[in-house]
Amino acid sequence: MPAVSMTVNGKAVTGDVEARTLLVQFLREDLRLTGTHVGCDTSQCGACVVHIDGIAAKACTTLALQCEGAKILTIEGLAEPNGPLHPMQEAFREHHGLQCGFCTPGMIMAALDIVRRRGNDLDEHTIREQLDGNICRCTGYHNIVKAIAAGAKAMAKGGARQAAE
Amino acid sequence: MYNFTFHRPTTVRQAAGLLARNPDAKLLAGGHSLLPVMKQRLAQPSALIDLSLVEGLSGVEQKGRSIVIGAMTRHADAANSPVLQQLLPGLASVPASVGDPQVRNRGTIGGSIANNDPNADYPAACLGLGATIITNKRRIAADDFFTGMFSTALEDGEIITKVSFPIAKKAAYEKFKHPASGFALVGVFVSKRGPDIRVAVTGAGANGVFRVKSFEEALKKRFAAKSIEGMTIPANGMNSDIHASPEYRAHLVGVLARRALAKATA
Amino acid sequence: MSATGIGAAVRRKEDLRFITGRGQYTDDVIRPRETRAVFVRSPHAHARIRGIETSAAKTMPGVIAVLTGAELANDKIGNLICGWMIHSKDGTPMKMAPHPALAFGKVNHQGDAVAVVIAETQVQGRDAAEKIKVDYEPLPAVTDPAKAKSGPQIHDLAPKNTIYEWSLGDAKAVDAAFASAKHVTRLDIVNNRLVPNAIEPRAALAEYDAGTDQLTLWNTTQNPHVSRLVIAAFVGMAPEHKLRVIAPDVGGGFGSKIFIYPEEVVCLWAARKVGRPVKWTADRSESFVTDAHGRDHVTHAELALDANGKILAMRVKTIANLGAYMSTFSSSVPTYLYATLLSGQYDIPQIYCEVDAVYTNTVPVDAYRGAGRPEATFVVERLVEVAARQMGIEPADLRKRNFVKSFPHQTPVIMAYDAGDYNASLKMALELADVRGFNKRKREAARHGKLRGLGYSTYIEACGIAPSQAVGSLGCGVGLWESAEVRVNPTGSVEVLTGTHAHGQGHETTFAQLVSERLGIPFENVSIVHGDTDKVQFGMGTYGSRSGAVGMSAIVKALDKIEAKAKKVAAHMLEAAEGDIVFRDGKFTVAGTDKSAAWGDVALNAYIAHKFAGQELEPGLKETSFYDPTNFTFPAGCHICEVEVDSETGKTEIVNWTAVDDFGTVVNPMIVEGQVHGGIAQGIGQALLEGAVYDNDGQLVTGSLMDYCMPHAHDLPSFKVGLTETKAPSNPLGIKGCGEAGAIAAPAAVINAITDAIGSENLIMPATAQTVWAALKNGQPRQAA
Repeated sequence: MPAVSMTVNGKAVTGDVEARTLLVQFLREDLRLTGTHVGCDTSQCGACVVHIDGIAAKACTTLALQCEGAKILTIEGLAEPNGPLHPMQEAFREHHGLQCGFCTPGMIMAALDIVRRRGNDLDEHTIREQLDGNICRCTGYHNIVKAIAAGAKAMAKGGARQAAE
Repeated sequence: MYNFTFHRPTTVRQAAGLLARNPDAKLLAGGHSLLPVMKQRLAQPSALIDLSLVEGLSGVEQKGRSIVIGAMTRHADAANSPVLQQLLPGLASVPASVGDPQVRNRGTIGGSIANNDPNADYPAACLGLGATIITNKRRIAADDFFTGMFSTALEDGEIITKVSFPIAKKAAYEKFKHPASGFALVGVFVSKRGPDIRVAVTGAGANGVFRVKSFEEALKKRFAAKSIEGMTIPANGMNSDIHASPEYRAHLVGVLARRALAKATA
Repeated sequence: MSATGIGAAVRRKEDLRFITGRGQYTDDVIRPRETRAVFVRSPHAHARIRGIETSAAKTMPGVIAVLTGAELANDKIGNLICGWMIHSKDGTPMKMAPHPALAFGKVNHQGDAVAVVIAETQVQGRDAAEKIKVDYEPLPAVTDPAKAKSGPQIHDLAPKNTIYEWSLGDAKAVDAAFASAKHVTRLDIVNNRLVPNAIEPRAALAEYDAGTDQLTLWNTTQNPHVSRLVIAAFVGMAPEHKLRVIAPDVGGGFGSKIFIYPEEVVCLWAARKVGRPVKWTADRSESFVTDAHGRDHVTHAELALDANGKILAMRVKTIANLGAYMSTFSSSVPTYLYATLLSGQYDIPQIYCEVDAVYTNTVPVDAYRGAGRPEATFVVERLVEVAARQMGIEPADLRKRNFVKSFPHQTPVIMAYDAGDYNASLKMALELADVRGFNKRKREAARHGKLRGLGYSTYIEACGIAPSQAVGSLGCGVGLWESAEVRVNPTGSVEVLTGTHAHGQGHETTFAQLVSERLGIPFENVSIVHGDTDKVQFGMGTYGSRSGAVGMSAIVKALDKIEAKAKKVAAHMLEAAEGDIVFRDGKFTVAGTDKSAAWGDVALNAYIAHKFAGQELEPGLKETSFYDPTNFTFPAGCHICEVEVDSETGKTEIVNWTAVDDFGTVVNPMIVEGQVHGGIAQGIGQALLEGAVYDNDGQLVTGSLMDYCMPHAHDLPSFKVGLTETKAPSNPLGIKGCGEAGAIAAPAAVINAITDAIGSENLIMPATAQTVWAALKNGQPRQAA
C-alpha cells in the first residue's frame, strides 16, 4: 500500500493507505480523529469540511494521497487541548448555533473559510450564500448565521488568532 | 470506490507518458466530478494521474486581447482574480457560481471542461465567449470542443493545459441553480465582441451546451434584452427531470438570456 | 428567576464536546476487533428472489461471513413489528405483513435488504457485496397510494393492499350539517412524501460477550429501551436482561430514529454468529431507501360554513401510504395522530374522517417531525384560508370567528383541549408581521415584477405524548409515561437518569435547570444521564414533543420524593420535627428558628447515616418516579409567512416569517426558539423544496442529496419568534412542548402565502419554481364566492 505523510493539527503523521482511501477515512479510521463527520456520499452536506493548507475542502471528496505533504486542520486542532476555545467555536455556543452537533465541525470549519475569504464584517446575506456547501437539519440556520457573524467579529477583536496550523 | 494506482507527475510530458502507459487511466484535477462518480462505483479507472504538482498549469493572465486561465486554476482563484474581475467580470461570475465554496476551493476549469457535464457552468462561458481550449497537442475552438453530454473533442492522451478567452466588451452569465445539486438547471452566457454575438446555454439541452442562433440573430440589430423580448426556444431537445420539464427549461432560456443581457449592458 | 433556573437562556452543557469534535456518535465508537456489515439491497421495487449465489463473495479478501434471509429464518429470528393496533370500521384488525430483517423469498421495495457481508473493512465488504448474485424475477410495482388498491398484490394477507379502512366521527351528523350549509369549500390535497435526513446517518454497532452471554448494541435511536423491548420480546434476539442498548450522541432524529430497523437486528445476530463486533453505518444513499419516510397522504377535504363564516362541519377522506411494511408506529400516524387534530383551533361541531392505509412498493412510512399533525394542520388551514377567500372574508377574521374561546373544549374527534388563547397568539403575530403594512409592501413588490403574498397558519398539536390509559384504549401497545431517577451523591452533586433521549434538544441543559432551581444547587453540580439501558431505568424515549411535559414531570415527581426524604434526614440532624423543616434555596431550616442545615450536609448525612437508625429511615438519597400524564398537551400558535414570487421564473422567496407560539412554560427560551427555527425550516422544506419522488417502476428518483432538495441557509429567512403563554394544566410544570410546532405550522402558511400571491389555489407541494410557474401559466384565476 502507498505511504502517505502529512501534518494534521500541527503533528506530522504517516500511514499506509490504499490509493482509494479518502482523506476523511484516513482522519477518522487511521488517525481516529472522529470530529470530522460523514453525512452524505455526494459531496453535498459539508459535515466533513477540513482545511487543507489553510483552505476549506470536503474531506469526503479528497483522496488521502492528494494531501501528501499538506497541512491539514480539523475541528480537533482548532483550540489547544484545555486551552481557550477559538472565537468561532465560542460564538457557536453563545448563539446556540448547534443542536445535535453532527454538522457543527464542518460548519465551524466552513465559517472560518468564509472569514478568510470575506473578512470579519459579514452580513446575513453573505453568510447564507456562503453556507451553500453545508447542510444543517436542526437549526434552520437562523442561529448559525448569527454565530458566524459574531464569531467573525470576535476574531477581528482577538487579532484573528490563528489555529495551530 | 474501486482501487487504482496513483501517480503525481510534475510535468505535462510525464503526465502524457503515464496516460499512454495506462490505457484506463484518468486525469485527476480538482476531483470534484470524478471522485463522486468513483465513490458510486460508476467509474473504474485503473490509475489516477494527479495534475496538482504539474508546474505552470495554474493562474489567470492577460495575453493581448485575451484572458488565459491555466487548466488547474481553481474556481475560487479564477473568480477572485483581479485581472479577470477587471477585464472580463462576466467570466469571473461563472466560476463564482459553481457548486459551493468548498467545491470552488478545489474544482478546476480544466476538470470542468474536460468532463463537459451537461449542467456545468464553464462550458457555457467557453462557448459563449468563443474560447480556445489549448491542450498539450493543439488548440481547439470551443465551437468544436463540446461534442455532446460528457463528451468532448479531446483525444486519447490529450491534456488541457489552458483556456484562452477573448476579452469581450459585453459579457454576462445568468444561472438558475438546481435547488439540490447547485448545478445549472439552466445557465445562459451572452457576449458581444465586435460583430461576434454569442448566446450559449448550459443545463437545458439534452445534448449538452449549445448556442441559440435565433437569439444571436435577433441581437445583431441591437445587443439588448429588448431585442429578444417574448422570444423563446423550442422545448424539443430540452432536458427533462423532476425539477424542470422541457417546456420550463425552454422558457427559462429566454428569461435568463434577457437577464444576462440586462446585466451585460448595464 | 435565577441565572440558571427555569426561564433562563442558559448556554448548553452539551456544546463543548460538539464544538471541539469530541462528540461520540455511534460511528465514532470503535470496539476491538470490530468488523463491518455491508448490505446487499434490492434494486427492484418488487421482485421474487429465485436464488442468491454467495460463494464468490465468501472467498473475497477480508470476508468473514455472508448471511441471507434463509439463515435468519433458520435461526428463528423474529420479524419486525408495528406496535399500535388499528381496527377497521368493520372491526377487523389491521393487516400486518411479516417484515423479516433480511428479505426471504420476495423483496417489496427498492433498498429491501437481501443479504449482508461481514468483512474486516467496509471497502472489502463492498467489494464482496458486488460479487453476490441475486436472481430476481421482477414483478409489477405500485408506489402511488391512490393506485395501491388496484395495484399488484404485495402481501398475501392484505387483499387490495389495504391495511385498514378506519374512520372517526359521526358521518350522518356531518352529512346533515353539510346539507344545511350556505357555503362548502372543497380541496384535493397531496401531502408530499418526505425523507427525514437527519445529518447523522443511521448506524448500529453490536457486540457479543460469549463469557456472559451478553449482547450490547450502540445505536442511533431516540428510544433505547423501546428498541431493547422490541428486539428482545418480538424479534427474540436475546432475553431483555441480556441485551444492552446504548444510544450515544445521536445526530438528529426527527422521528426517523424512533423505529426498530432491520440493520440493528442483523448486526446483533451477526455479531453473535461471527463472534466479533459488527458495525454498520448507512451511506446517505442507503438512508434514502431505508430510513422511514414521512407524510405521503392523498386527501379530499370539505368544509361546510354558514353565511356568517361559522364552520358547521368538516369531512375528510385520506389515503395514507405506509410503504412496503408497517414500521414501528406507522399505523398510529395517519389515524390517532392525524384525525384527532382536524378540529384545529376551531369550534367545529361535527367532523368525520375516513383513512385508508395502504401498502405500496416504497420505503416504509412512519412518524416524521409532527407525525400526522402537520398533515391535519395542512388540511384544516388550507380549507379555512380558501373558504375565507371564496367567501370574501379576511382570513384572519374567519379564523377569529371560529376560534375555541373557552376551555376545557371537547372536540368531536376525541381531543379535549384544556388551555389556550388563540386570539392572543394571532394578535401578537399580526403585529410582529406588520400585516397592516402588507398592502404597501405588495404594491412595492409589484413595481419590481414580484408577486407578494401573505399566508396564515393557526395550528394546534397534541403533544406531551401521552396518557397511557388513553393511548391504550386507542390501540397503542405500550404505555407512554416517562421515568426519572434522581441520585443525590454524598457530596451533594446530583445525577438525573431520564428515560427520554436527547438528539439535539439540549436535555442535559434544560433538565439541569429544573434540578438546579428546585434544589437550589449550582447548575454545574447536576448531570443528566440518558441513552443507556444499563444505566437508566425503563423509559419511553423522545418524540411527540414529550420530553419536557412528560420527562421533566417525572423528574419533578422524583424531586418531590427527594425533598421529602431529605427533610427527614434534616429533621434528625437538626433534632426537630419533620413537619417543622422548611426547604428553601438549598437550605433546610427549622421553622421559626435560625437552625439550619445546608444541602450538602444533608446529602452527606443521608449517606453516613450517623444521625438516624436504619430501621426508621433508610440510608441514602435516591428516588425513582414514573409519571403518567393525565392529558395530552395542546401547544398552539400562529405563523405568518410572507413571500415574493418571481413571476417570470416562478421562484418563491420567503421574505418574512413570524411565529408566535404558546408552549406553556418555557424552561430555556434560547433552546425553545432554536426548536421553533428548526421546525419551521423543515416545514418550509416540505412546502417549497422537498419531495420524495418514485417513478412508475418504483425507483426512488430523489435518492440522494443531488436530487432531493434539503433547505440550505440561502433558502430561508431569519425568523421573528414570539411567545404567548397559557400553562398546560395537566402537568406540574405547565409545559406543552415545542419540538414539532414549526414543522406543523409552516407548510400551510407557505402555501397560503404563495396561493395568495399568484391568485390560484391550484398548487401542490413542494411548490418548486417550476410548479409555481406552471400554476401561474395554467391556473384558473380564483373565483369569487
